[in-house]
Amino acid sequence: MTKNIKITINGVSVEIEEGTTILDAARKAGVIIPTLCYHKDLCVAGNCRVCITEIVGQKRLTAACATPCEDGMEVLTNSLKVRNSRKHIVELLLSEHNADCTRCYKNGNCELQHLASEYKIMTQDFIRLAPMKKYTIDMFSPSIVKDDSKCVRCQRCVRTCVELQGVNALTVAHKGDQMKITTFFEKLISDVVCTTCGQCINHCPTGALVEKNYIEEVWDAIADTTKHVVVQTAPAVRVGLGEELGFETGTRVTGKMVAALKRLGFDAVMDTDFTADLTIMEEGTELLTRLKKVLVDHDPEVKLPMATSCSPGWIKYIEHMFPDYLEHLSTCKSPQQMFGALAKTYYAKARNLDPETIVSVSIMPCTAKKFEANRPEMHDSGYRDVDYVLTTRELAIMIKQAGIDFMKLEDMHYDRLMGESTGAGVIFGATGGVMEAALRTAYELVTGREVPFENLNIIPVRGMEGVKEATVKIENPLKEWAFLDGVELKCAVAHGLVNAGKVMESIRKGEANYHFIEFMACPGGCLGGGGQPIPTSPEIRQKRAEAIYAEDAGMPLRKSHQNQEIIKIYKDFLDHPLSEKSHHLLHTHYTARERF
Amino acid sequence: MHPVSELIKNLADQHGRERRNLLPILQGVVEQEKYLSEFSMIEIARELDLPAAEVYGTATFYSFLEYKKMGKYIIRVCKTITCSMKGKNQIMLAIEDMLKISAGETTPDGNFSLLQTNCLGFCHKAPAMLINNEIYTELTPEKVREILSSYLEKKGGLYDN
Amino acid sequence: MTTNYQLRRVDFIFKNENDWEEVLSKSISRTPQELINELISSELKGRGGAGFPTGLKWKLSSEAVDDIKYVICNADEGEPGTFKDREILSRVPFKVLTAMAVCGHVIGAKEGYIYLRGEYFFLQPELKKAISEFEYFCKEINLDFKIRIFMGSGAYICGEETALFESMEGKRGEPRNKPPYPSSYGYMGKPTVINNVETLAHTFTIFKYGAKRFYDLGVQYSRGSKLFSVSGDTPKPGIYELELGMSLADFVDEFGDGDTKAVQVGGASGFLVPRKRFGETAIGFQGKLTGISLPTGGSMMLFNSSRSMFNVLDNYLEFFREESCGQCTPCRVGCQQLLKGIKAVKRGEKNAHYLDKLLRLTETMQLTAKCGLGQSVANSFSSIVENFREEMIY
Ligand SMILES: Cc1cc2nc3c(=O)[nH]c(=O)nc-3n(C[C@H](O)[C@H](O)[C@H](O)COP(=O)(O)O)c2cc1C
Ligand code: SF4
Ligand code: SF4
Ligand code: SF4
Ligand code: SF4
Ligand code: FES
Ligand code: FES
Repeated sequence: MTKNIKITINGVSVEIEEGTTILDAARKAGVIIPTLCYHKDLCVAGNCRVCITEIVGQKRLTAACATPCEDGMEVLTNSLKVRNSRKHIVELLLSEHNADCTRCYKNGNCELQHLASEYKIMTQDFIRLAPMKKYTIDMFSPSIVKDDSKCVRCQRCVRTCVELQGVNALTVAHKGDQMKITTFFEKLISDVVCTTCGQCINHCPTGALVEKNYIEEVWDAIADTTKHVVVQTAPAVRVGLGEELGFETGTRVTGKMVAALKRLGFDAVMDTDFTADLTIMEEGTELLTRLKKVLVDHDPEVKLPMATSCSPGWIKYIEHMFPDYLEHLSTCKSPQQMFGALAKTYYAKARNLDPETIVSVSIMPCTAKKFEANRPEMHDSGYRDVDYVLTTRELAIMIKQAGIDFMKLEDMHYDRLMGESTGAGVIFGATGGVMEAALRTAYELVTGREVPFENLNIIPVRGMEGVKEATVKIENPLKEWAFLDGVELKCAVAHGLVNAGKVMESIRKGEANYHFIEFMACPGGCLGGGGQPIPTSPEIRQKRAEAIYAEDAGMPLRKSHQNQEIIKIYKDFLDHPLSEKSHHLLHTHYTARERF
Repeated sequence: MHPVSELIKNLADQHGRERRNLLPILQGVVEQEKYLSEFSMIEIARELDLPAAEVYGTATFYSFLEYKKMGKYIIRVCKTITCSMKGKNQIMLAIEDMLKISAGETTPDGNFSLLQTNCLGFCHKAPAMLINNEIYTELTPEKVREILSSYLEKKGGLYDN
Repeated sequence: MTTNYQLRRVDFIFKNENDWEEVLSKSISRTPQELINELISSELKGRGGAGFPTGLKWKLSSEAVDDIKYVICNADEGEPGTFKDREILSRVPFKVLTAMAVCGHVIGAKEGYIYLRGEYFFLQPELKKAISEFEYFCKEINLDFKIRIFMGSGAYICGEETALFESMEGKRGEPRNKPPYPSSYGYMGKPTVINNVETLAHTFTIFKYGAKRFYDLGVQYSRGSKLFSVSGDTPKPGIYELELGMSLADFVDEFGDGDTKAVQVGGASGFLVPRKRFGETAIGFQGKLTGISLPTGGSMMLFNSSRSMFNVLDNYLEFFREESCGQCTPCRVGCQQLLKGIKAVKRGEKNAHYLDKLLRLTETMQLTAKCGLGQSVANSFSSIVENFREEMIY
């Protein structure tokens, strides 16, 4: 039983549950206490000291984020003592910081900058330490730029990488003035276990961790009249982009986004949702084939559970952490890479274009997709399948640069051929979505009937629980699937790599007997991806998820195999799922990697 | 099995494989190897099922857990206040002169490394230094030369390996 | 104003320990409550620097409900100018071991650790021998208590109790947020008593002779005797046990070289007292002592007139800049600013008023730093800068 206590904040009395921190109590009382190292997704560190407050009767100031309230406490958040100290702390942070805002990628969306402007730190009294320090700027990763000169050492990235992702690519090293955020033996981030998920970027308050951006490259391609620039947009982008452009969190902006992309000058605007549907056809068939090989043929070479492969952060994770389990991965490429491979083959042929002249761009909620596009094996079209990957944030920047008044845009439709999608493709953007989409199609394929869930909504795999489980019993299958009669298909869904790790451990220990598992590297799935708008929080991800499911519910078609363009591509080009051509273009292989 | 891997395995058998056993294991490796190489840290991480970056981050917090190659004898001269007042600089000069290295360096033969450290708890007998785990106090340049000579002799001169 | 308390040598700590077995047997036959009361009435305060009442500390941990509790002896002794704990552990280790076991009896702990700084590695063989002899006796009297040594590895901050726990747990020695406090959430999240080596040695005296013998020494708020580590410009550096409450003037009479300009009391994190204030300064814990009193871990560094106070401060700040754990802003950046700042003033790159800005900065550090290290940098900084301002500038 929690008991309620009363405290006052700046003289205003509030009643809160025992154990509430001063920070939360203040929020409840409508008082904002500035923070820097605090993040809702992470454990409390209490190291930046920006949130200090005065407790009447105590000599020292107290960190509001790290201190529970006590009954009768009188808290002052804006006393002279607090103000002077807080200002000092911000000044100190700035003195150690390469405060070069006009040339900083985070200019305009930076918590440190915000603090500095709030406290009107106009002078530079303290000695500028930044120029005297040796800093590293690591620009070698295709996904991430890590600039230590912008780091305030709040350790949010480290806590993210450890607590949310269980990767531990980042660590705090050394002590005193030498203390810094780095990797194992200070190697390049591209040489360590980092999955390029970008969650650290989403949680970094400053410009110390940002995505490697390819905005200029894409502008150049668009301007090049000899190039045909094709763009694809991932499912989660349409529920995130609005946030960067003045809409409320969770606003769906699909049609406006398409219109904006056309205005930016892309030659064709198509949808990754299309290849998400295609993934379902390939992956669903692969699953059923595997089930047959295991259950009927007892083929020891074929591994179950089968794990999804559409999250490149997850792929890199398993390559580093569980390299002995790579055979469990579906061989399907991610929808992005399927799209890329088809753009320079199927699409080129259909439009009578020389694939050499096609530049394939993708808009992703994800930084790992940048890494994925850069993998040497992703050249199955004979060219680099995806040339440039932009995050949701980069697209927003381009839209602003182009002077497009996004709010005023009229909705437009995707271009044909690879632009049609179903609700199943859309929900790829949320945790559980791939599973739900796969079940909608696979169940029907096997039984000839729709999945036995109301309105096709497979509720058990939805929601923000770290690991979700569902069992679907197959009854009265069609003749060719008779071997599945009575089989209870055990499914699991994990999002956030720390949860993926838990599921993998339980598989390694032999405790889990799943058939099929969906893994997403980022908390909430792609909608919480490392390329999505900053900030992020459980509430924000929840709103984006609601938007995704609303988009699904509003689609005329909800099942991948109903997608007319999917039917067409199999008829005209691929023949059937897992055909030789699909194998060549849509499937891939994996590489074991080191664990440090 | 690589000798370092074996050492690490033995240390883990002796101390345990929990996180709280990390420091004794790091210390055990440093005791033997004088420093923690990349390889050692990866092996420790593997043995304890810890992330390698955590091992690195933890080790670099502690100034006695060296992570760069060190000599067989690590000389640590106290640079804190009392030793400073009582002639630490002359001691450093004497050592630098004799070993032909400056602070932070290791002799080419890999026998001696010269470092500075904070208060050794012998201020009443300043200046003080450690050579590996041996403490030497009330140092004078002459005394330092004697001490180093004894190490050189004991080990048959600078060119011994 | 001078205090009335004369400098008086005491001989408790290093007096022979041959009777430790008897003291141990006798103490554990008493109830925890009795022992706690004994400690409370002795008014013993922690000798590690912070001066927390030891009886109360044991009481709080004894009241915590948990099957597993720990007793930890803090032998990290890293404060510049402090070297008494090493001496205790090498000369009268059984007193400390006994005290740990009695503490275990009081709070209900079966495991004790001595966190020994890496610099004192050479103490290990002897100490281990003592521990096995001690444990042998414990077994004989059916006392279930084990003591282990945990070695540090060269990090001053690990003397801070919560950093020490982190270090023992195999992590970076970064101090924790408080609350929770060690009495409920210490090593491995279990209720823990952590005491300085000397504090434990004093409890031996108290358990042996009773609280009164201890209480009768010293002055109000500062009872008993204390070991002082005397170094610097003194003809007789060394370790001395003295009654608390003495005036610094008397101390300097005894230990000075006739030319003492200032004394740093309590190590780099303590205060510098200039000659003009020797008379009004008493050595003890803060309380209603006549004149200024100074909390102290027992480090006394004397400086004569040949010493530059700028160099002294520079050396301290260098120490803090390196030894700060680096996690919190005021301490990590503050220490760098102070160090760079006094150098800039000295070189004439900043004018003398900049020292006032730095003084205000140390106030902020004191108010906002996460742990005692960052909070106490202000002590030496302000006492040196305020008293020797000219030396900082010219
Ligand atoms: C930076 C810092 C360093 C400390 N170092 C030591 C130390 O080396 N030894 C020690 O006994 N206490 C040290 N302390 C004090 C401990 O945190 C703790 O208060 C003490 O061990 C409690 O024991 P006591 O009550 O017996 O004094 C240090 C505190 C701080 C803030
Ligand atoms: S990180 Fe923030 S404060 Fe720093 S330069 Fe960039 S925008 Fe400015
Ligand atoms: S991108 Fe992901 S895995 Fe890599 S450092 Fe950041 S949080 Fe860790
Ligand atoms: S990189 Fe960003 S999140 Fe990480 S410590 Fe630095 S400022 Fe904080
Ligand atoms: S005050 Fe200094 S030593 Fe203490 S937590 Fe902060 S940075 Fe670390
Ligand atoms: S936000 Fe509270 S200390 Fe950083
Ligand atoms: S100052 Fe050198 S031993 Fe203390």
